[in-house]
Amino acid sequence: MKIIVCVKQVPDAKDVRLDPKTNTLSREGVQSIINPYDRHALEEAVRLKEKHGGTVIVLTMGPPQAAEILRESVSCGADEAVLVSDRAFAGADTLATTYTLSQAIRKIGGADLILCGKQAIDGDTAQVGPGLAVRMDIPYVTCVRRIAQVNDKSFVVERLMDDGYDEVEVGLPALFTVVKEINEPRLPSLKGKMKAKKLAITTLTAAEIDADVAQLGLKGSPTWVVRVFAPQLKGERSMIAGTVQEQVDQLAEKLLEWC
Amino acid sequence: MDYFLTEEQQMIVDLSRQIADELIIPQRAALDESEDFPTEILDAVAKADLFGIYIPEQYGGIGAGTFEIVLALEQFGRGCVGVATAFAASALGAFPIMIAGSEEMKQKYLPDIATGSKKAAFALTEANAGSDASGIQTTAVLDGDEWVLNGTKQWITNAGEARIYTVIAITDRSKGPRGASMFVVEDTDPGFSYGVKEKKLGIRASSTRELIFKDCRIPKDRLIGREGTGFITVMKTLDKSRPGIAILGVGLGQAALDEAVTYAKQRVQFGKPIISFQAVQHMLADMAIQLEAARSLVYAAAKHIDAHPRDMSKASSMCKVFATDMAMKVTVDAVQVLGGYGYMRDYPVEKMMRDAKILQIYEGTNQIQRNVVGQELNKEYTKA
Ligand SMILES: Cc1cc2nc3c(=O)[nH]c(=O)nc-3n(C[C@H](O)[C@H](O)[C@H](O)COP(=O)(O)OP(=O)(O)OC[C@H]3O[C@@H](n4cnc5c(N)ncnc54)[C@H](O)[C@@H]3O)c2cc1C
Ligand SMILES: Cc1cc2nc3c(=O)[nH]c(=O)nc-3n(C[C@H](O)[C@H](O)[C@H](O)COP(=O)(O)OP(=O)(O)OC[C@H]3O[C@@H](n4cnc5c(N)ncnc54)[C@H](O)[C@@H]3O)c2cc1C
Repeated sequence: MKIIVCVKQVPDAKDVRLDPKTNTLSREGVQSIINPYDRHALEEAVRLKEKHGGTVIVLTMGPPQAAEILRESVSCGADEAVLVSDRAFAGADTLATTYTLSQAIRKIGGADLILCGKQAIDGDTAQVGPGLAVRMDIPYVTCVRRIAQVNDKSFVVERLMDDGYDEVEVGLPALFTVVKEINEPRLPSLKGKMKAKKLAITTLTAAEIDADVAQLGLKGSPTWVVRVFAPQLKGERSMIAGTVQEQVDQLAEKLLEWC
Repeated sequence: MDYFLTEEQQMIVDLSRQIADELIIPQRAALDESEDFPTEILDAVAKADLFGIYIPEQYGGIGAGTFEIVLALEQFGRGCVGVATAFAASALGAFPIMIAGSEEMKQKYLPDIATGSKKAAFALTEANAGSDASGIQTTAVLDGDEWVLNGTKQWITNAGEARIYTVIAITDRSKGPRGASMFVVEDTDPGFSYGVKEKKLGIRASSTRELIFKDCRIPKDRLIGREGTGFITVMKTLDKSRPGIAILGVGLGQAALDEAVTYAKQRVQFGKPIISFQAVQHMLADMAIQLEAARSLVYAAAKHIDAHPRDMSKASSMCKVFATDMAMKVTVDAVQVLGGYGYMRDYPVEKMMRDAKILQIYEGTNQIQRNVVGQELNKEYTKA
């Protein structure tokens, strides 16, 4: 089984700051880490490999420094690492990111299974996983909390819901995004660290993934960040009292008022 | 101080430090209370390949030496000497096989020890044989294709948790020092069982129990090396392992110093942080000086042992005495710096003080180590 794990380098949540002028994340002097959810995706991939055989490839789109998280992933059990890096990718939103990742995955021959984190702790959109699956034209399941069955051509997985979970059977190739409940990621191993040190990381540029420049980076990103703010919950509440009939009448009246 | 580690050595330090900080330190107080064996932590250590540091690559290990295992143990010792002892005891149990075992024996046992899937233990001590190893009563008698063991070993670290035991027994009492031999006993061997778990002052996360052999039958090929070489193998094993105990003292001393300095900067009395009082400062300074001197000696001894495997005794004993006496002193002083708070279980230094004591006792008491150094000096100056 060939498994690709998409990992993103994110600023350590402990010291993230927002640049009030540009509304973008200020990454200067901030420690970079693997997106925490992606650690769980990697761990699940390594466990699948250990149990059923295969290879685990970690893939990231990012600046050259993102090679760090690829080495760290290899020290935790990944076999190969691919960095897609090009100035043309700068400023990518989720649409451009999924385009770039999908082109890279095609370039390296696709996969039986693609694993992503549920969301990145900086961008936080949770769009890349599903968007990537759509671009690859494969089924996806988000918020997977357990892989319950591994069959020849399909998997049965549990999707975490607000009130319990769904059991979903899905044919391969497929893409899952995972939640933290799925496993406890391991620490690096010494052999893994040694391998990571020597590892030659495959680096792919925009040209090498046959990308259409118009769909890359800022150019390919229709998203404009106008303002970033924490929404305030300030809705008014009122209690409706009386008999059931009275309550229904009052509610209907209010609803009609608002329409 | 910078000890100019290689990249590989630095990796071992980083990984062991991460395990100490993320897994050991958060659990050490609870393990000390419950006296539970740290199975989960050791599983993580196993997955990180650290059980295999000192085992040659052809048996699935990393193929590094005494210095590298010392680097790992320093971090574990900083975390918890109890957990670190459980880890170190597996190496102690494996050394006789590495030193004197046949090729088949190495192939059979070392790979499982390297992956940590099976832990090992070393069994020398008996009720009447502590410092004086020649007092052992356990016997092994050849009966056809099997050795039959009878006797009781006491205070064996990892007993009940390990699957592979290296055990010394008398094979021919008439031959005196040449009359003992070492064997591998497996946990499932018939006639082999464990006594009760000891209640201890410190290192309570490690398991210390008796091994009981009642007509315990093991195949003939479990003999380690030649018959009659048991005491030689034991001495070589302990020479090789003692820097590991010494460095637990260094790790522990570092942990105590860290706590003491941090506390001294925060604690205000007479309107000032107590670190501003010269008496406290000098105590901290002496702790740091002794600690660094011990670290330097242990590192140097470990490197000497890796380079001169035939001339280990003096370096090994010297570093064990110095570093573990230092650990005792430094942990007592750390409690003093923390005052009454240091005496309470809310702070980790009282446990550190309790844990330090064992380092002066096991793998040969510090009196016995001084005897070794003295005897080596006597030999050296006779030769000259
Ligand atoms: C509203 C909004 C605000 C934004 N603000 C900024 C900003 O201030 N500064 C800025 O630089 N960018 C900004 N972006 C861009 C955003 O960070 C990128 O679109 C990002 O590459 C993907 O989105 P995400 O972080 O939400 O990932 P998610 O969709 O939350 O990530 C899900 C999973 O997809 C995978 N994945 C995501 N990105 C990558 C990658 N690059 N390589 C490999 N795998 C990946 C991981 O497995 C991850 O767990 C913003 C985007 C939006 C929509
Ligand atoms: C927690 C723990 C774990 C242990 N784990 C193991 C293990 O895994 N495997 C194993 O085989 N053993 C183990 N031991 C045993 C340990 O190695 C012995 O306790 C140690 O060697 C000392 O022996 P003893 O306790 O019988 O002391 P004794 O030999 O009775 O010594 C008592 C005192 O007399 C002093 N003394 C004795 N002889 C001399 C001398 N000739 N010159 C000067 N002073 C002398 C000693 O230094 C000591 O102070 C363990 C012990 C403990 C407490």
